[in-house]
Amino acid sequence: MRGRSGAALGALGLAFVLLEWVLPHALNPYYLTILTRIGVAIVAAVSLQLVSGFTGQFSIGHAGFMAVGAYASAALSVYLGAGWLASLAAVVPAPLARALYYPLPLLAGGALAAGAGLLVGIPTLRLRGDYLAIATLGFGEIIRVLILNVDAVGGARGFALTAASGVDLRYDDLGAIYAVVLASVAVIARLAYSSAGLAFRAVREDEIAAESIGVPTTRVKVLAFVVSSFFAGVAGAVFAHSEGYIHTNSFGFVRSFEIMVFVVLGGLGSITGAVLAATALTAAPELLRGFGELRMIVYSLGLIAVMILRPQGLLGARELDPARWLARWRERRAAA
Amino acid sequence: MENLLQQLVNGVAWGSIYALVALGYTMVYGVLKLINFAHGEVYMVGAMTGFYTARALGLANRPSGLGLAATLLAAMATCAALGATIERVAYRPLRHAPRLAPLITAIGVSLLLQNTGQLVLGADPKFFPPLLASHEMLRVGSLAVSNIQLTVLATALALMAGLELVVMRTRVGRAMRAVSQDAPAAALMGVPVDRIIQLTFVLGSALAGAAGILVGLSNPKIDPLMGLMPGLKAFVAAVLGGIGSIPGAMVGGLLLGVVETLVAGYLSSTYRDAIAFVILIAILLYRPTGLFGSAQPEKV
Repeated sequence: MRGRSGAALGALGLAFVLLEWVLPHALNPYYLTILTRIGVAIVAAVSLQLVSGFTGQFSIGHAGFMAVGAYASAALSVYLGAGWLASLAAVVPAPLARALYYPLPLLAGGALAAGAGLLVGIPTLRLRGDYLAIATLGFGEIIRVLILNVDAVGGARGFALTAASGVDLRYDDLGAIYAVVLASVAVIARLAYSSAGLAFRAVREDEIAAESIGVPTTRVKVLAFVVSSFFAGVAGAVFAHSEGYIHTNSFGFVRSFEIMVFVVLGGLGSITGAVLAATALTAAPELLRGFGELRMIVYSLGLIAVMILRPQGLLGARELDPARWLARWRERRAAA
Repeated sequence: MENLLQQLVNGVAWGSIYALVALGYTMVYGVLKLINFAHGEVYMVGAMTGFYTARALGLANRPSGLGLAATLLAAMATCAALGATIERVAYRPLRHAPRLAPLITAIGVSLLLQNTGQLVLGADPKFFPPLLASHEMLRVGSLAVSNIQLTVLATALALMAGLELVVMRTRVGRAMRAVSQDAPAAALMGVPVDRIIQLTFVLGSALAGAAGILVGLSNPKIDPLMGLMPGLKAFVAAVLGGIGSIPGAMVGGLLLGVVETLVAGYLSSTYRDAIAFVILIAILLYRPTGLFGSAQPEKV
């Protein structure tokens, strides 16, 4: 046991060193942007996986919660954070002050998105199947249009993360972003495979049967929805702070579709599948640049082909578990 | 008051286009329980076909009713063929797959058509040729109805009546209704289910093609992404009327067009896009089966 967690810690440390100190110098800014976008996509995908894959409730309005998180965190940073950052920087070195401040907007964005999730979830989760999907799609669009009409966050002009004092609140430190990604994935995975997660899966398999053995189905669904919205909000907040400028156009239903594609393509009910699909599909349009103008056509054809060949998604409901592979390999070696 | 009437007239003309697109959504949902997200792009292809047909026939500067009919037929035929192809390639292989899989291929097809459109036709907007010389047909006080609005409405109503005839009065229509009630049972009675499903796509897509031409008449600016938002709203219209119900889609489309025009006219045009979804949510919460849908009892 100790050997395994030691190896895992070592791998994590190595990854952090790589992300924090090596890659920012080795790669050009374009690739670094793609890496941060992959991080955002992973958090969004895994958060939707909890609702769609584990609880069986299809939501296609996830971008709306991302928007709430992005705008709430950005407003906090622009209107209050800049001042706090200045007083913090008076005590500790500036980079450390930024790193210490960073979790604050993410938590605020997540909390507000979770609140929005609660408001949307309580009435809509009575609906089932396609009707729920359509209702969430509608709420996603309503959230977007409402934000578009708030002048304090820029309205149709978009919202730049620059304080009135001129302080730039962009934060795209790869080490910090991937620490957030790791924490989000870990929390959702622990939840999905806990006893609460068992209730989630019971609701997914058969709502009536779950109800009859005493699972409070409505509460379970709302819980999954709120937790999922929280992490969608975190994804939005990370996105806002790494891009430095946000616009409601980034959070339309096309973005919601994209997140749903990650989840279904990766395999409903597989956290690692969602991570894999989010990574591959976010990188794909960039990796396909060689096709020039044809790249989005190749991308959409690929999407159709993969879905026809593997309707259950890349991984189905299974997980990739390197620790188990290692254990199996050791067993086999010991037996030989 | 006259202003209100004017808005109503504009809303009905606009809503009849939603209704035509909504019919395709509702018919496909009826037989397959699939939200065909590529349907908005079929409507875009209809408008584009109209644009190029009109140019090829040299109709741009010679408005005529005959030219309009020719473009309409060309767009409907192209879209019908496109709908049949989409069904065969992207949905039929997934007939027995988990229900979300065809939804993802639908999104894939929608992306494919948008991007192919942008690559082949260019991303910049095109201007639909005036196939009819616009003039006022009716005037009551300050209320004006143009010949274009009347043509749009008349064509849409004629197509809907035709569809209603096909579905309610022909053998094929009876087979479609049978498949939508219970596909396995219909198959046992000798209904060729796959062919009927394909036919449903053909009819729905032809109507979307016609809607593409009608929208070109009244809002001439067309581009490869034009199907995205109207497609989604037509879907809302279908849900509003009761998804799976043909009269529901017609009423839902007209209603949505009127409400949107009124909101844009009296409140603010920025809320125009949201109102469709507010109605959607109100309907889903208070009457999830829509205006014309019937509730399905839940079996344990």
